[in-house]
Amino acid sequence: MSEIYKVGMADLKVCKAPEGLTTLGLGSCVGIALRDPVTKVGGLAHVMLPDSTKIKQNSNIYKFADTGIDELIKQISLIGGRKDRLVAKIAGGANMFKFAGTNPNSVTVGESNVLATKEKLQSLKIPILAEDTGNNYGRTVVFYPESGDFLIKSVGKPDKTI
Amino acid sequence: MNTELRDDNNEFFDILREIANIGAGNATTSLAQMLNTKVDMKVPMVKLMDFKDVGDAMGGEEQIMAGVYLMVEGDITGSIMFLLEKESASKLVNILMGRDSDNTEFGEIEESALKEIGNIIAASYLNSLSTLTNLSIYPSVPALCIDMAAAILSVPAIEFGTMCDKLLLIQSQFSEGLNGYFILVPDVDSYDKILKSLGIG
Repeated sequence: MSEIYKVGMADLKVCKAPEGLTTLGLGSCVGIALRDPVTKVGGLAHVMLPDSTKIKQNSNIYKFADTGIDELIKQISLIGGRKDRLVAKIAGGANMFKFAGTNPNSVTVGESNVLATKEKLQSLKIPILAEDTGNNYGRTVVFYPESGDFLIKSVGKPDKTI
Repeated sequence: MNTELRDDNNEFFDILREIANIGAGNATTSLAQMLNTKVDMKVPMVKLMDFKDVGDAMGGEEQIMAGVYLMVEGDITGSIMFLLEKESASKLVNILMGRDSDNTEFGEIEESALKEIGNIIAASYLNSLSTLTNLSIYPSVPALCIDMAAAILSVPAIEFGTMCDKLLLIQSQFSEGLNGYFILVPDVDSYDKILKSLGIG
């Protein structure tokens, strides 16, 4: 069994096949997995917030979808991935707590994280091959750059691979 | 923000620890009265942590927990969370409802009971904070989530993330067969208000 590296909250890591990456208990945060299918290198980012330009405390670039994705691409290219070949899979962005009386149409933090992630990837012309986002439950994800498999585990639900 | 959040700001941490001690002490007393039993509380911890370490803060990222989350409004704003390991949550609900201890299902009634427990103890925590500081503090209605610890904790972490690059966790643990935590996450501006109301800062 090859090494699986752990990515924390507001954190990112890159690796080469056959190594893998995991992040445990994604809640409203979003896990973004990028992969170069030719060289089989990839990276996983665990971002907390949508937009670094809307927040004053933005020195931690790993925290945001926009700067986090930029950094992820940079680090993947350092180990042999090419930006124009990258493909993405994303998971997370749940709404963990539902407060009674809140407007059902209001945008949750999770939703805005997912939206910002998609916009950023679109602007970079990186296709999103699959996603498992939204809803109200946490997700543990494992990403294998070898196959591109993105395994998703949740409490009380069968595992699935997207 | 005048008060700098730093690891070496010992006086500031001591004050927060004392606030947590009083708040959680009161909350634990409410809990003990509800259960009609003795509940021990450990000395609170005040920790400034990197977000990537947050999941490890209480028994591992994938530990299944029940979290009751309340927003805090009034003179200070922020949130308070009461977290219990799932087994402890079942145990607590069963004791309160006078049922067999082997019942571990979580239906609507159990969830409602757990929210109410969270409500009562969060309110007693905030009450003592309010009395101590002479600030008006009101909790919102509670919301409940049963899931992996890291997924639950992502919610207060994100809230704190909008203001700060680290999470200030004021954590009190109680025991006696019940493993749980209180986490108080005041907005950054609220720290100054709390400290000023105590004649510091």
